[in-house]
Amino acid sequence: MEGVSKYLVKEKLIFLLAAVLLLVVAPLTLSGFRLNLLGKFLAFAILALGIDLIWGYTGILSLGHGVFFGLGAYCMAMYLKLEAAAGKLPDFMVWSGLNDLPWFWEPFRHAGFALGMAILLPVVLATILGFLTFRNRIQGVYFSILSQALAIIFTTLFIGQQKYTGGTNGLTNYKTILGYSLSSPVTQTVLYLITAVTLGWVYLLCRSMVKTRFGRVLMAIRDGENRARFTGYDPALYKVFIYAFSAGLAGLAGALFVTQVGIISPAMMGIVPSIEMAIWVAIGGRGTLVGAILGAILVNAAKSSLSEAFPSAWLFFIGALFVGVVIFFPEGIMGFLKSLSGQQRGKKYYGRLPQSILDMTKGGLGNGWHYSLLGKRHR
Amino acid sequence: MVKKRLFKRLTPALAITLSLGLLVSGCGATGAQSQNTAPSQASGDTIKVGILHSLSGTMAISEVSVKDAELMAIDEINASGGVLGKKVVPVIEDGASDWPTFAEKAKKLLQQDKVATIFGCWTSASRKAVLPVVEENNGLLWYPVQYEGLESSKNIVYTGAEPTEQIVPAVSWLLKNRGKDFYLLGSDYVFPRTANKIIKAQLKAEGGNLVGEEYTPLGHTDYSTIINKIKAAKPKVIFNTLNGDSNVAFFKQLRDAGITSKDITVMSVSVAEEEIRGIGAENMAGDLAVWNYFQTTNTPENKAFVEKYKAKYGNKRVTDDPIEAGYFGVYLWAEAVKKAGTTDVDKVREALKTGIEYKAPEGLVKIEPENQHTWKTVRIGEVQPDGMFKEIWSSGQPIKPNPYLKGLDWAKGL
Repeated sequence: MEGVSKYLVKEKLIFLLAAVLLLVVAPLTLSGFRLNLLGKFLAFAILALGIDLIWGYTGILSLGHGVFFGLGAYCMAMYLKLEAAAGKLPDFMVWSGLNDLPWFWEPFRHAGFALGMAILLPVVLATILGFLTFRNRIQGVYFSILSQALAIIFTTLFIGQQKYTGGTNGLTNYKTILGYSLSSPVTQTVLYLITAVTLGWVYLLCRSMVKTRFGRVLMAIRDGENRARFTGYDPALYKVFIYAFSAGLAGLAGALFVTQVGIISPAMMGIVPSIEMAIWVAIGGRGTLVGAILGAILVNAAKSSLSEAFPSAWLFFIGALFVGVVIFFPEGIMGFLKSLSGQQRGKKYYGRLPQSILDMTKGGLGNGWHYSLLGKRHR
Repeated sequence: MVKKRLFKRLTPALAITLSLGLLVSGCGATGAQSQNTAPSQASGDTIKVGILHSLSGTMAISEVSVKDAELMAIDEINASGGVLGKKVVPVIEDGASDWPTFAEKAKKLLQQDKVATIFGCWTSASRKAVLPVVEENNGLLWYPVQYEGLESSKNIVYTGAEPTEQIVPAVSWLLKNRGKDFYLLGSDYVFPRTANKIIKAQLKAEGGNLVGEEYTPLGHTDYSTIINKIKAAKPKVIFNTLNGDSNVAFFKQLRDAGITSKDITVMSVSVAEEEIRGIGAENMAGDLAVWNYFQTTNTPENKAFVEKYKAKYGNKRVTDDPIEAGYFGVYLWAEAVKKAGTTDVDKVREALKTGIEYKAPEGLVKIEPENQHTWKTVRIGEVQPDGMFKEIWSSGQPIKPNPYLKGLDWAKGL
């Protein structure tokens, strides 16, 4: 027990240290452009936490999270676009032949409504979709394919409805947020700080979720859904909830993203970015919250800096990085660090077992398994 | 035991601090470095300019050639003494066929590298993404591709055609020479949709008939249904605003269906010499395209331009309209800077207002002070079996750019 409490103290210290780095050191040392980029990465990290909850902890691989991210971003973008239009019709509606603002655009004049919808819309969509799929026990690769279909449907829909969504161009050319100029460095720094603080809160929220009994049920579902079901838990309910929760995080990330990047287009909702989002988590280390954050930040930082240094060859480096990590560190950066420190996974943490069938049938699960379901500490 | 376990559990937390620290210091270092090397765009004996095209992704096939032409122009300018006695240094960035990436890289070029100007973009979507960035940072973007018009930013110079320099004259010519029944086929995005809106208004005003209108997603490759609809509608003209790979599938399947250029004229606005290489000249021979420049355009400047381009990048390469517009854009910028005596964007813009001209491969081009678009000659060409164009009509002289179609009665409702 002594070790555990000491560990918690250290963890708190490190959390504070990271907070100081992000909230004080970064804004003071980085140029406006770099800070803006870091803000974008932090928004991605929020999304990555959501994907980690559903994939790393619950074992559902969603390859359509770009849709939820995009929905959140579009909601915020609609508000920004209306504010930039200053009472007139947004420019793309004019050249697409609309004379009046569509009714569903009307409430997005209010920032609060837009932000609320940025989270609520993805949650509602994910709840409906999750209810239909998980209730019917659609699992594994079938769910992944279904989530990809979702990405295609939404991209096509948003491209086709040019007069309502701006088509392929997406929504861009914003001027102000709540009256403050988006191009001023002060506004951008404030938006960055908001993103960093939000990430901190979301991390703590996710952490408290996975450390409790609820989190252990998720992991139990991942490692043996039927066992969890027979123990009296309803996996579908848990899955729907965590799917909706991670969709909400994606929407929140999208809203933060669009204020800092200044554009959202249907390309961001497609299959390729959705898969990329899963890759961040895979590279950082599935099933560890810190890994998801690290993955999102490092992969995107690598992408930005490599493409600046090698504009025509950077994709090869990124490709090599992905392949390299999958081959040499299947558990991602966190797994690699753990193997460095010599910790043998699976012996102490049942929750960190790989989710293959082989592991599910291993005899070793035994008692600890039930303890974890009952909510007792299994260490 | 407790201590050892503690250490193990600490590692992840240590890792995050370490990496964040590295990241922050890394970013800080690059930030400081570029501040040292680029205190202002015109100090020292070099001038930095940005080149922002898609070097990867679906648009790379088109944009890499434009980047090459722009680099060639920069090399030539440097070889003849540079601008204001300073060497022009290109900073190349990859827009990756992704619009948010275009915005990010434009921001990087203007804020981090502090470039004097940017040559770049191809798709309207990428231009629309870069537009707010150049406006906020008071940059200057030279945009080399024909587009749908209805835009005029003081931070963009448009060296490609707007509709009255390409689409509108082409429709008039077709109505006079090829027939009244039009079928509109395009990719589903802003350029074809806006272009077709203009064409429909013009057809109504000039006595044409619209017999069909279809849009397919970018990258669509199955045109059998649409070709059946075309067969049923019996148009005289197919006005083709398809972009990219779809053209390959469309022309092949059109010929497979037994429709030749003698039966129906296909007029394309996004198919140039570069694209014909992919489609296959045999599938397009006899069809038409409207541009401001062809590789075969007969001017002494063009002869020299094609020779230099092939000598530099290989005999198999072709030149075409956007490549040429990218090339002379660099020269127009250099002219404007010489006139302004500085690379300061506001001063360069003032210089542009005095009517900067250049003898480009397509003939004389000049910047219209009113809207920063370019006076250009319109040309209709027929595809030959060798993949080159034979000019069959030309406006004879540069046309005044009119991106908002002012003064055209039929265009009032657009």
